[in-house]
Amino acid sequence: MSLLRIRNLSVEFSTSTGMFRAVDSVDQDVASGEILAIVGESGSGKSVSMLALMGLLPWTAKVTADELSFNGHDLLTMNAKDRRKIIGKDLAMIFQEPMSSLNPCFTVGWQIKEALRKHLGMGRAERHKRAIELFEQVGIPAPEKRLSSFPHQLSGGMNQRVMIAMAIACKPKLLIADEPTTALDVTIQAQILDLLTSLREESGMGLVLITHDMGVVAETAHRVSVQYAGQKIEERPVRDLFRAPHHPYSDALLRALPERATEKRLPTIPGVVPGQFDRPAGCLFSPRCQFANDHCRSVPPAPLGADLGYARCHYPLNTDQRIAS
Amino acid sequence: MTQAPVMTASHLARHYAVGGGLFSKPQTLRAVQDVDFELYAGKTLAVVGESGCGKSTLARMVTMIEEPTSGTLTLDGQAVTPDQWASVRQSVQIVFQDPYGSLNPRQRIGQILMEPLVINRPDLSKAEKEDRARQMLNMVGLRPEHFDRYPHMFSGGQRQRIAIARALMLDPKVLVLDEPVSALDLSIQSSVLNLLTDLQERLGLAYLFISHDLSVVRHVADDVIVMYLGRAVEKGPKEAVFDNPSHPYTKALLSATPIADPEHHKERIKLTGELPSPLNVPPGCAFAPRCWLATDKCRAERPDLTSGPHQAACFYV
Amino acid sequence: MTEMSNTPSRPSALREFWYYFRENRGAVMGLWVFGAFLIVAAFAPFIAPHDPTMQYREHILQPPFWQEGGSWTFPLGTDPLGRDMLSRLIVGARFSFFVGIVVVSIASVGGIVIGVLAGFAPRWLDTIIMRLMDIILAFPSLLLALVLVAVLGPSLTNAMIAIAIVLQPHYVRLTRASVMSERQKDYVTSARVAGAGLMRLMFITVLPNCLAPIIVQAALSFSTAILDAAALGFLGMGAQPPTPEWGTMLAEAREFILRAWWVVTFPGVAILITVLAINLMGDGLRDALDPKLKRS
Repeated sequence: MSLLRIRNLSVEFSTSTGMFRAVDSVDQDVASGEILAIVGESGSGKSVSMLALMGLLPWTAKVTADELSFNGHDLLTMNAKDRRKIIGKDLAMIFQEPMSSLNPCFTVGWQIKEALRKHLGMGRAERHKRAIELFEQVGIPAPEKRLSSFPHQLSGGMNQRVMIAMAIACKPKLLIADEPTTALDVTIQAQILDLLTSLREESGMGLVLITHDMGVVAETAHRVSVQYAGQKIEERPVRDLFRAPHHPYSDALLRALPERATEKRLPTIPGVVPGQFDRPAGCLFSPRCQFANDHCRSVPPAPLGADLGYARCHYPLNTDQRIAS
Repeated sequence: MTQAPVMTASHLARHYAVGGGLFSKPQTLRAVQDVDFELYAGKTLAVVGESGCGKSTLARMVTMIEEPTSGTLTLDGQAVTPDQWASVRQSVQIVFQDPYGSLNPRQRIGQILMEPLVINRPDLSKAEKEDRARQMLNMVGLRPEHFDRYPHMFSGGQRQRIAIARALMLDPKVLVLDEPVSALDLSIQSSVLNLLTDLQERLGLAYLFISHDLSVVRHVADDVIVMYLGRAVEKGPKEAVFDNPSHPYTKALLSATPIADPEHHKERIKLTGELPSPLNVPPGCAFAPRCWLATDKCRAERPDLTSGPHQAACFYV
Repeated sequence: MTEMSNTPSRPSALREFWYYFRENRGAVMGLWVFGAFLIVAAFAPFIAPHDPTMQYREHILQPPFWQEGGSWTFPLGTDPLGRDMLSRLIVGARFSFFVGIVVVSIASVGGIVIGVLAGFAPRWLDTIIMRLMDIILAFPSLLLALVLVAVLGPSLTNAMIAIAIVLQPHYVRLTRASVMSERQKDYVTSARVAGAGLMRLMFITVLPNCLAPIIVQAALSFSTAILDAAALGFLGMGAQPPTPEWGTMLAEAREFILRAWWVVTFPGVAILITVLAINLMGDGLRDALDPKLKRS
């Protein structure tokens, strides 16, 4: 049984000019101990779907889903109080900007102990001990000393470690990392990614990694879900996706990587991601797709079967590479 | 290389006085120290490094936004000093990282493109200026009807094209690109990089390409400078630096960069510790505290760049 | 939230402004009242049933029409000199509006120029300007205005100048703050690289981007100006009788508070409603113009 199960999740925002659909009927499963990467460009709704799961969207958002369950709990029908008990404890999240995710008015030690007190109800001495343990676990040198530092006294990498320590404080079953290394330097990024993967190995938690960096995906994830304009357009094990993508968008995205380029001119994807006012009638990628025909432009494709990575495409690529299932 | 360089920088340095409140003495922040480079027409020099390594300060000195504390900058064989900035500036233009902050939100695209001409070419008639702006719009791949729109109506990639167009309005010889694609989505990034390549071929521009993204640098650069804490630690032709890195920091940087190929397995060099504060650069080699090869000599003495086409500042190259 | 790419049908800035403004009910009501106030002020001589300075000696202190002894000739009654209250209030709107416009113009133009200068000036000049503004702000504003009027001599013009000087530091601080934050942005650096001079940078590049908070401040200080002018008029330091200025009217009627409630109530209510409407409108403006307060 999967740890997280999302069926037909949609999120709409009411804006000054009507409803904007940020997430469009997305299905997603995450199993314990698995690293799922959600890849997409800005505006693909990759963060919004996870924020919806956490109940962290502003009031202008309307969330609908057929099923939204976590570890056997139905998050859709659950009231806010019960939901808060799960979120932060079994279901934790870290964000892109470690600096702004921590409260600058309190020491990092105070903040992590507060989380321990809220969710686990530990005594004072126990909390202190556990906080030091956690800091050691995430590789913060001299944890005893660092507990009394304020966020601005620490570097971005250190703050992200503090955020991770807070997130894993209650031994979550699932950790959602929203662009955890985008704001960090490459050498620090490597450290943080190593930390996240090793934490997963130790504790067996599931990890959802939201990112736009194909390199990070290739080196960390087990399974990849590619999102485009709010839809999940392909979901594959990482090796299969990088070897033979089925959806033309995944294919074009991989080709656009400078490191895969064979000549000076890079292959490009013409056009831009459709916005609120120019959503095409058929396949959302059809205006930018080199293979699109009239059928693509008028009929939205439904997700294909598991053997074709649920690709939302009428004419999937590399069909000879389908997985035998 | 028989060609004469368009721009030469020698021993460029920039120090800032930091702090210095009522009761404390200001400290000196050495943002850039002792950097040399040459830019050639039609060639790209990439400056690579992590945050705080001084690459943006370098860009600001080259574009004459900030005066170097010491060192000289020559353009076409003539030394550039602050009293000549006004006249020399037209030859060196810049494109910034953030396409949302670099265009004035209250100006139409046409005005943005014509502004450099209004300031520097008052002899041109209004029609001529508009004509040139429209030509430039076409050259960077935007449509004529975009001329009268405001920046907020464009996507990040289009804005970056506008910023490039503005930088080219004065026919510069040197274009400084300060992380021009790092704020863009992957699908947009490649088309902007292609545009830059095309423009370089057509106009024979010299690029100073500043980036932290090694895969982009590997694609665009001819020569590379790797900077760490304000100093160049390795310098050389792209192939040499990427295929045969000699400085430990370059090696670490390359091995830390994720490669978009799940089947590629490599032994990652794990750097411990973080970038020291630039206010408090360790004596000796700045990289010594994080280096796995460091010896007592590294901690006491600072290595200079070796000579030759492929240079590295390390005792144990 | 989700970044929207450009589209040909993207709503215009004005429509978006109206969308956010409309969300604030009070602001829309304030806008209506302010509009009515504006029309009354513009067409005062045509709307007013009587000449505001005409003294009907046989109708002294006549109550409003719904009270015993009142008549429709003088719907809101008359004052101690037999002048029609309604006409005086209508013409008084004109003075209040005039005071608001003049004071806000002087204060904002002066404040913006000094603020932009301070924002771009070297540190020492900036410090001098800002400490000077702090000194002006340290005085209770009405007291300072009183002193200034006492020096310049009591009249509506001098009262306006005094109020403008008192209000100016707010604009200076606001402008300087937004100039300082805009100056950091890349487009300003780009203009510098393109060779823009200091004047061009200050007034063509940076200033238009700082206007939103200043417009809000202007709307809010419009009401402060009206209130202060009324207060000065009440203290006898503003408009002089027989000018039908609301504050002056209040002052003149002070001794009749117990005998004829209408002579004090109506000018007071007029001031209250106008100031309230403008403040509500200003709040709406801030919601719509200040990006920091915009809801996602």
